[in-house]
Amino acid sequence: MSGHVVSLKTYGAVFAALMALLAITVGVAYVQLGRFNVVAALTIAVVKALIIILYFMHVRYSPRLTWIFVSAGFFWLLILLSLLSTDYISRDWLPVPAGWEDAR
Amino acid sequence: MSERAAALAHQFDDLGQQHQAASLGMWVFLATEIMFFGGLFAGYAVYRSAYSRAFAESSHHLDIILGGVNTAVLLCSSLTMALAVRSAQLNRRRAIVLFLIATMVLGAVFLGVKFVEYRHKYEERLIPGPGFHLEAPQAQHAQLFFSFYFVMTGMHALHMVIGVPMLGVMGWLAFRGRFSRHYYSPVEMAGLYWHFVDIVWVFLFPMLYLIDRAG
Amino acid sequence: MSPASVRQNYLNIKFGAASWLLTKDHKRIAILYLISITLFFFLGGFFAVLIRLELVTPPGDLVQAETYNKLFTMHGVIMIFFFLIPSVPAVLGNFLIPMMIGARDLAFPKLNLLSWYIFTIGGLFTLTAVVNGGVDTGWTFYTPYSSTYANSHVILTAVGIFITGFSSILTGLNFIVTVHQMRAPGLTWTRLPLFVWANYATSLIMVLGTPVIAITVVLVGVERLFKVGIFDPALGGDPLLFQHLFWFYSHPAVYIMILPSMGVISEVVTCFARKRIFGYSFVAAASLAIAVIGFLVWGHHMFVSGQSPYAGMVFSFLSFLVAIPSAVKVFNWTATLYRGYVSYDAPMLYAFGFIGLFTMGGLTGLFLASLAVDVHVHDTYFVIAHFHYIMVGGAVMGYLGGIHFWWPKMTGRLYPEGWARFAALVVFIGFNLTFFPQFILGYMGMPRRYHAYPEEFQVLNVMSSAGASILAVGYLIPMIYLVWSLRYGRIADSNPWHATGLEWQTPSPPPTDNFEDTPVVSEEAYAYPSRDREVHVV
Repeated sequence: MSGHVVSLKTYGAVFAALMALLAITVGVAYVQLGRFNVVAALTIAVVKALIIILYFMHVRYSPRLTWIFVSAGFFWLLILLSLLSTDYISRDWLPVPAGWEDAR
Repeated sequence: MSERAAALAHQFDDLGQQHQAASLGMWVFLATEIMFFGGLFAGYAVYRSAYSRAFAESSHHLDIILGGVNTAVLLCSSLTMALAVRSAQLNRRRAIVLFLIATMVLGAVFLGVKFVEYRHKYEERLIPGPGFHLEAPQAQHAQLFFSFYFVMTGMHALHMVIGVPMLGVMGWLAFRGRFSRHYYSPVEMAGLYWHFVDIVWVFLFPMLYLIDRAG
Repeated sequence: MSPASVRQNYLNIKFGAASWLLTKDHKRIAILYLISITLFFFLGGFFAVLIRLELVTPPGDLVQAETYNKLFTMHGVIMIFFFLIPSVPAVLGNFLIPMMIGARDLAFPKLNLLSWYIFTIGGLFTLTAVVNGGVDTGWTFYTPYSSTYANSHVILTAVGIFITGFSSILTGLNFIVTVHQMRAPGLTWTRLPLFVWANYATSLIMVLGTPVIAITVVLVGVERLFKVGIFDPALGGDPLLFQHLFWFYSHPAVYIMILPSMGVISEVVTCFARKRIFGYSFVAAASLAIAVIGFLVWGHHMFVSGQSPYAGMVFSFLSFLVAIPSAVKVFNWTATLYRGYVSYDAPMLYAFGFIGLFTMGGLTGLFLASLAVDVHVHDTYFVIAHFHYIMVGGAVMGYLGGIHFWWPKMTGRLYPEGWARFAALVVFIGFNLTFFPQFILGYMGMPRRYHAYPEEFQVLNVMSSAGASILAVGYLIPMIYLVWSLRYGRIADSNPWHATGLEWQTPSPPPTDNFEDTPVVSEEAYAYPSRDREVHVV
């Protein structure tokens, strides 16, 4: 029943990458990128999460069904976020009747 | 051999099936946790895009050093947790226990730092509620930020408060020789939980602490 | 085969409270759930009786407005969270899924027992709220009323729902892992009974949707307890955010309530038409499609809330899409009946009722999914009629049909068929008399959640209340004869209906481990002999 044993080298590399990405995240936050600061921060977080999932959580060495279950969880969160945003993005696309501007 | 039989639950045919079932079950549970925290992230995203100035200013009241240190602490704890599982796979009883203890210690450090941060917020009167006080034009939107800050990091901390004793139980069982390279799924499942809680923080830290730091 | 009274089965293998309260046997846990949800059903029904009594006369003269608000809130909370959501999965699903796949038990028997305890504890919290004066926010808990202004037991009820949600999650988790991991040799996905497919799809919804309502009630509780603003407009909060998060779960929740009953119908229709299901893969795929698309439509509850009309259009379109797989199922059941060898035992009567009434409920859903029509009928009795046609005409009838169909398997006894058919008819008549007038009332403009109404609506309201009393009788009759049958019913053999399915290949009631030897499957599901072939041979 022994699963795949990950080498110390791999774990070490993953850990080093995680720490490096942490440093980059903090560093990039101090660089003025406007709206791309959020994109950068989220991208780095996603990469960190990915390597934790693939290596520390052994998903890289797990059967395909496990990959499907992992992806499903994140995919469902995407459903919530994207359909939710259809409302908030388009709330002020319609003109507001005169005198009701403060209601927004 | 009889050790293997003792570990096999009656509804399963063999240890392999049992291990696969445990792993799938834990991932289903983690999917529920993704949706649980996801609801908070969704609400946070809505308010942050509506009140970006107030949220940015509020974020600057958070201590980026403490937050960064805590992130590093948790990432270390993920490493020690992975090494604990690896030790179980290699039949190294003492190593399992030591790595689990290391993970618990790092988890406790994280919680300690969080406590310090919360106390700072209390002293600065930034706990949302009747006692909230901030000199700023959009103070009520700032209070929204702090509501989410406390609920999100509080929920995360609650998961760690549950996780640390759970690791203690695993450590105790390991000490008593319950695990071997044929049967270590409880350690692995605890590891999956721990890594997940780490991943939540990996997202919380930049979202809460690093808004508009470029000035 | 030795007589049932002597043979060891899951009921008589051990006696005493401890053997039940500490059981790990999925069949005993199913019975525990059966007792709990039946109690909640009658409590929820009691509140419905009071509502219909009040609505017999136009003025609000039976109870005060605040009390009436509590009545419909408690009716909704109890029926949805403590009866409908657990009903088919926790009772029939728990009992049958391991048997249908040839397993000894579910993947996680201890989690299964834990889920019942969690359900009971959550129920006790909510009962405490009821006894102490109830909640008056509506089962939808809209903010800022629920979070800031309500003076009723919001937190107690919210905690009860939060806790009970985990019961749902654990059940779903158990089913998903079980169906993936523990099918008997030869039982491929394409040979699974459709009841299993339906409960699998339901489990996906339970697992992915319930956590969102959990965090939502946490936020409402936090806002109430700590007086912080999350949904409070005064603090820049958005009440619509609550509604989005609430309905993200609560819409898929209605599919949790209907999908398992649809699974029952697939089993009953094939057995009592003695025919293979028409379009097996389409019915199985439709269950999954309902589960997935059901997550994409929640905004149709918010068309007139202040949500962006563009979002409304997106949700309206997606809501039309979700009707398609449901329609596919209705077509396929009907096609299964065509040229079948149909008999009219009680389970089949309930199935017929389901197909007709669910279709009406589903079609009226399309009315509501149309933005322009919804503006007119939102928050009226049209909506109430729509969802009761599906939940009561559909889900409850499916549940009752399933209870009757598998009663011999669960108890080793036959229920009295004559009384059962009579009760099914009473339920059908009572149901339609109760709820059809409500479509008309709603269309004419009678708002929901009001304890008083204009004079011109009285005739239809009296009809509805009269129907409710008939419906109540219809539900009481099975209570009586089912309990009676436990002692005096005819002994059932392993397969009184001559149905296909692994659960019928083992004695009634089954032994604790379900099967003596693990069955090996080599046939498709519903391998009823083809009638054409029979005629040919003659």
